Amino acid sequence: MLNATLGELGSALAAKKISSVELTRACLERIGKHRALNLFIDVDEAGALAAAKEADARRSRGEGHALTGIPVAHKDILCTRAMRTTCGSKMLENYKSPYDAHVVERLERAGTVLVGKCNMDEFAMGSSTEHSYFGPARNPWDKRLVPGGSSGGSAAAVAARLVPIATGTDTGGSIRQPAAFSGVCGLKPTYGLVSRYGLVAFASSLDQAGPIAKSAADLALLLNVMAGFDARDSTSIERAAEDYARFLPADVKGLRIGVPKEYFGEGIEPGVRRAVEEALRWYEGQGAKRIDVELPNSPLGVAVYYVIAPAEASSNLSRFDGVRYGHRATGYSDLMDMYCRTRAEGFGTEVKQRILVGTYVLSHGYYDAYYLQAQKVRRLIARDFAEAFKRCDVILGPTAPTTAFAIGSKASDPVQMYMNDIFTVSAPLAGVPALSIPCGFDEKGLPVGLQLTGPHFSEARLIGAAHRYQQATDWHLKVPKETPL
Amino acid sequence: MSLTPDDVRRLARLARIAIDPEESGAVLDRLNRVLGLIEEMRKVDTQGIEPMAHALDLVQRLRSDDVREANQRDAYQSVAPAVDEGLYLVPKVIE
Repeated sequence: MLNATLGELGSALAAKKISSVELTRACLERIGKHRALNLFIDVDEAGALAAAKEADARRSRGEGHALTGIPVAHKDILCTRAMRTTCGSKMLENYKSPYDAHVVERLERAGTVLVGKCNMDEFAMGSSTEHSYFGPARNPWDKRLVPGGSSGGSAAAVAARLVPIATGTDTGGSIRQPAAFSGVCGLKPTYGLVSRYGLVAFASSLDQAGPIAKSAADLALLLNVMAGFDARDSTSIERAAEDYARFLPADVKGLRIGVPKEYFGEGIEPGVRRAVEEALRWYEGQGAKRIDVELPNSPLGVAVYYVIAPAEASSNLSRFDGVRYGHRATGYSDLMDMYCRTRAEGFGTEVKQRILVGTYVLSHGYYDAYYLQAQKVRRLIARDFAEAFKRCDVILGPTAPTTAFAIGSKASDPVQMYMNDIFTVSAPLAGVPALSIPCGFDEKGLPVGLQLTGPHFSEARLIGAAHRYQQATDWHLKVPKETPL
Repeated sequence: MSLTPDDVRRLARLARIAIDPEESGAVLDRLNRVLGLIEEMRKVDTQGIEPMAHALDLVQRLRSDDVREANQRDAYQSVAPAVDEGLYLVPKVIE
């Protein structure tokens, strides 16, 4: 049951072969059993069981939606009234939101069962889920390793079969990279497709919420619920609703797959390269056409990202001042001292460092040289994609240059950690959608992620191409070693 | 270019973050590593390139100018560290 797809679970629920209460209980038991992985910040057993009961009643009345009765976990950056919303930070350790995020509302309306809030890098700043006030999350394939980040708790919870689906957010790769490291599927939608109302802001020109699931078909069902216009988010896009599952039956014959040489250069682990190239050959074998494309400015993506994201973060996180919500220092001499101590105590090392970098690149005398320059190079990166998509339908490459690394191994040098984002930062900079699916294992037995990137609003196409691959392979069905069924 | 301990003090003040003197060396080292990484972006010729502030070229939506929101002050202040009669309390700023 816990390894079943959403389609199978939905049919079983509809046919009353299982109840949502049974399914929810099974998830809660498994979450309890694997607490040592530290993938959840809060679990709401009573709330989940009550919601499951309600979902069963709804199905009995014949009012069920495809996801009614399905347990879900939210990244702890999405505001929920049912549980705290900590963002993995001491600053929000006791923050209980007075309202639900748009995504939370939509999933609740569809009848999903919220079981808990997932661990994450503090304020989504990180690629390992080590930078959490609540301790590092662990990878279910090998608990000495990170699950990736910042949505590491969400991705690893789906990988460990603790929940069938989860939400994440992606600013520079925070859905796709942990999906790759944990061996699950994750999609960063087009900027503006999913409302950010109630999503705690990190870098507003980049942030986007998206689905994490075991298969591409499941991503489609979850995105169908998450996506949609919301007047409360000024960047939400007004467009007709679409069915993200509509390309599932399509084959990949004639699909033009762009292969940028920049995504296959040095610095990629051999095991990653081998798995990704094999996946490319599979697509070619199915009649897809390989097109060599260039993304000449993509190697600058990490540098551009680590100017723009901290700049926007330094502005967004100025709201945490000990006045309206969150932590306030206990001892201080005056207002200025209260601000400075509150923020020193409430934020962790990585968050403070990014705020300082952001403050620097926005400060008088440096704005043009750093922030404005980064925005110009961002335009060049976006143009590269626009040029490439004139010649191809999707761009294929590795999600990350490596598989999961050891907890603590990149702690001393932030730049080493940042370089892991080299293939994921470009899509949010250009605003285009991208997904990661499992495409094999390296020689250490760790999952490798395949990234497919497409033009704006091509989610259904990406999901269709990924689904085709998953019908011929079973990488996405493998259960991690630390959490056997 | 590299930052100095004075720069870090100035930035910390601007960012309203207190930094202990004993951690300032480590902070300086990490900041300089990050600035080293972003340095490569500065060399790119971007003459005539329009800065890209947003991922999509969107215009701000407008709505009719009428009252729509309910007053939720009590709900929003329920999460504040210190409030009194609907006001947020902060340390005294005027003697």
